[in-house]
Amino acid sequence: MGAMREGWNRMLSFFHKPERDAEMEAELASHVELAVEENMRQGMPEPEARRKALVRIGGVQQARERQREARGLPWLDVLLQDVRYTLRTLRRDRSFTVVAVLILALGIGANIAVFSVVNTILLRPLPFPDSQRLIRITAKDPKGGESSMTYTTDATQEYQQRNKSFQQVTGYFAFTGPDNYKLGGHGVPLPVTGILVMGNFFQTLEVQPMLGRLFTADECLPKGRPAVLLSYPFWKRQFHANRDIVGQAIDLNNTPVTVVGVLPKTFDFGSVFSPGSKVDIFTPFIMHDFQDDGNALALIGRLKPGVTLAAAQAEADLLFPKLVANLRHPGWNEHYTARQMLLKQYVTGKLHRSLIVLWCAVGMILLIVCVNLSNLLLARTAARSKEFAMRTALGAGRGRLIRQLLTESLILSGAGALLGLGIAFAVIEFLAHQGSIALPLLSDLRIDGATLAWTVAVAIVSGAAFGLMPGLKMSSGNLQETLKDSGSGAGEGKKHEELRSALVISEVALACVLLVGAGLLLRSFLHILDVDLGFEPSHAAAISVEYTDGGNAAKRSAIWQEIIHRVEAIPGVETAGITDNLPLSRNRSWDISAKGQTYRPGELQDTFVFIVSPGYLRAIGMRLLAGRDVSWSDGPKSQSVVIINETVARKLWPGQDPIGRIAMVGGGEARVIGVIADVHESSVEGDPGWQMYLPATQAEPEGAQLVVRTKVPPDVLASSVMATLRQINPGQPATEFRPIQGLVDHAVSPQRFFVLLVDIFAGLGLLLASLGIYGVISYSVTQRTQEIGIRMALGASRWNVQWSVIWKTLRLVLVGMVVGLAASFAASRLIATLLYGTAATDPKTFGAVTLLLLGVALLAGYLPAWRASRINPMIALRNN
Amino acid sequence: MGEVKLDLLQGTLDLMVLQTLATLGTLHGYGIARRIEQVSGDEILLNQGTIYASLVRLQQRGWISAEWGTSENNRKAKYYSITKSGRKQLAKDAAYWQRLSNVMGRVLSMPAEGEL
Repeated sequence: MGAMREGWNRMLSFFHKPERDAEMEAELASHVELAVEENMRQGMPEPEARRKALVRIGGVQQARERQREARGLPWLDVLLQDVRYTLRTLRRDRSFTVVAVLILALGIGANIAVFSVVNTILLRPLPFPDSQRLIRITAKDPKGGESSMTYTTDATQEYQQRNKSFQQVTGYFAFTGPDNYKLGGHGVPLPVTGILVMGNFFQTLEVQPMLGRLFTADECLPKGRPAVLLSYPFWKRQFHANRDIVGQAIDLNNTPVTVVGVLPKTFDFGSVFSPGSKVDIFTPFIMHDFQDDGNALALIGRLKPGVTLAAAQAEADLLFPKLVANLRHPGWNEHYTARQMLLKQYVTGKLHRSLIVLWCAVGMILLIVCVNLSNLLLARTAARSKEFAMRTALGAGRGRLIRQLLTESLILSGAGALLGLGIAFAVIEFLAHQGSIALPLLSDLRIDGATLAWTVAVAIVSGAAFGLMPGLKMSSGNLQETLKDSGSGAGEGKKHEELRSALVISEVALACVLLVGAGLLLRSFLHILDVDLGFEPSHAAAISVEYTDGGNAAKRSAIWQEIIHRVEAIPGVETAGITDNLPLSRNRSWDISAKGQTYRPGELQDTFVFIVSPGYLRAIGMRLLAGRDVSWSDGPKSQSVVIINETVARKLWPGQDPIGRIAMVGGGEARVIGVIADVHESSVEGDPGWQMYLPATQAEPEGAQLVVRTKVPPDVLASSVMATLRQINPGQPATEFRPIQGLVDHAVSPQRFFVLLVDIFAGLGLLLASLGIYGVISYSVTQRTQEIGIRMALGASRWNVQWSVIWKTLRLVLVGMVVGLAASFAASRLIATLLYGTAATDPKTFGAVTLLLLGVALLAGYLPAWRASRINPMIALRNN
Repeated sequence: MGEVKLDLLQGTLDLMVLQTLATLGTLHGYGIARRIEQVSGDEILLNQGTIYASLVRLQQRGWISAEWGTSENNRKAKYYSITKSGRKQLAKDAAYWQRLSNVMGRVLSMPAEGEL
């Protein structure tokens, strides 16, 4: 009680200083008068009485100070004093302040931005309630893309019933391409992307609709009332956030479908389940409609409270191998396995290492920044050493001086952090709206409480780090020496210079590690860009085409022929073809085997299937190595044919010519008519899988992507291709004419993102290190002006002087580089798994970094050296 | 001035001020200082000015109250008096000091080994 009251009163006193001081003065005055009075009563003459009174009272000033300390907030007084003083000195030294704050802002800003990326992707839980209970169920060794990571409806239902680990098991249809629906009713149909989700999908994720309701049970049954849920951005964009849309019917694929609800803004399907893509609508996955299909559902479950992942995994290991893929087709044998992993792990696990590397890189930037600032402050405190000596002589304690210097550095780092926060905010806003970067959760990126806390921590730690060293250095100086020292002429002492050299060496070493890391990642990325994809992305574009064939292959053949024929007639178009799946986008897989052959389990592999028109292979630039392309005469009634890739040819018919042989494809026979070079179908850096190409006249495609190879840049032709498609089918939605290069860019966008960031940081590190070198060398030249003058007067040539300065620079840099290269050698192993086609000890990278650093260091050292050599001995000597 | 005067232990001055006000009622700062000097028989090294830090501290804790008034010789002075919570605090602190000095007395008069 007393303590709280005292604290409150102290605060009051702090804000009423003048009144309290006046009162104290009055009280002290009355004290003296009372004492004088009493002394005079005892017979002293007045002057003696007054003298005695003052002696008894002790130091009046001390009494004042002690009273102030007892009543107010002394630490705050000192702090305010320090702050005022700091602001004054910083204002006086404006160029120093600006440079220091800018450097800090860059370093801290980079740290905040990367922290918020790391926080969003790695540290924060997924944006669902109790998300640590959400599990993704995939196959243990998926080789065939989505098809080998998904399950049939029968298997899903059986697992739903038999498992005891999960509160709910749900799934979504994994084979959705972009723009798979068209929204009619307003002129040109609009392409929209929709995902089919099981009835309990949102309940499992515990996502509540913002408006309306979720799907009811009968909306998920065959012939149920058609229903759709809108995503928040789509609702805002397409329906202008009209709340009355709920309950109304919209025209989807020429069918009226009731909007039952709008999902909340926080739910972004794409950012969790398929990074880099947007989803507009959700419709119920009607299990019955997919009964005769193969694997269709990507599974997600919510564990019951208290059930561990290991227990769920153990149960799945028992259940999955026994699951029947399809009750109506008992012959379908799937050998199911299940790997249960936290959804969070599934979404972000692969990025873990990259993000940690990124985090380390910005951490190193911050270190370099601190070293640089330390150096700047050292130079500054050296210039202010007299001021400090004077203050010490006047009674300032060592702690008080360090406190003052720390206040200064904390104010600098605080200002840097504030500006850095602004930079980070801009960067984060930019990144959050990069929908095309295939990184999960990116749209969730924001500056939150954790980020702010991190900013404060970084500012305080870096402020203390770069402020402490000059502070200690300064306050430990010899008072007398400093006061006696007549100034710039006298040497600064070896110790001081050693410290600055050590700082430069560490800076060079840090920059070296950063550069080596960035160089390795860059080289690896260039290797990735250089990969022979098996197709030719430049000068080709694809557009999703809408047609109605009623499942009739002959009709389809006629429509496709017309489309291709008329598009090829457009000037500038070289050739065109149609496929249902493009490489590096949606995929699915079936089985292929050589007829009459028996295989051990595991010998065969899920094979990616592409259903194509004649001419597609040529249009996208795939290379036919043997045999022929499919042709329009490979019709529904003629013999089934298949084109395989090299890998399948090698595995099924090793050492033989596969052309003309009979393969078993999805249960039927097909003659191998061609072999194409391997295509990177699911990732640029991964190995190509098994692939086969079937003619669309013999197999049922899922949608159609028209691929056009052009003689001119593809986007020039976008409108004429669209116009032609409209002529053929007025119902053609306004789908996008997407360059094939875009698919590749999208596939490598995470790598591009990391490499770009790491390279920017390495560049920043190099710049800061060269600034540091320049600063130190240039400072030492200034310090030694007189010495250089004497040398020149004694006959040293300009070249001698230059060389001595450059040699000094080189010595520092070489030591730094030896340390840095050794550290890089150790550290590069940690990023080895991130590298593609590049060894962690890649000599070219190490060599290039060495040369680059040497070059930059020479440049940074040459400027002061040149200045030194221009010193006029007469002036230098006279100056002092 | 043969003997060295006693230095005041931390907090003892506060207690002395409270006790003085409790026995003598309302008093100004000079009066309190003089009274303490007299009672201590001039054994305490007291810079009279230090009393004001103590007074402001006690006042801010709510143990004493202050009011400007006039002395018998018509001089303006700030008069202090102890409050109810001040008396409670005094009782507590006095008991503590009593115990401490008893213990100190016993410890310091401990007989040398073998004397028992």
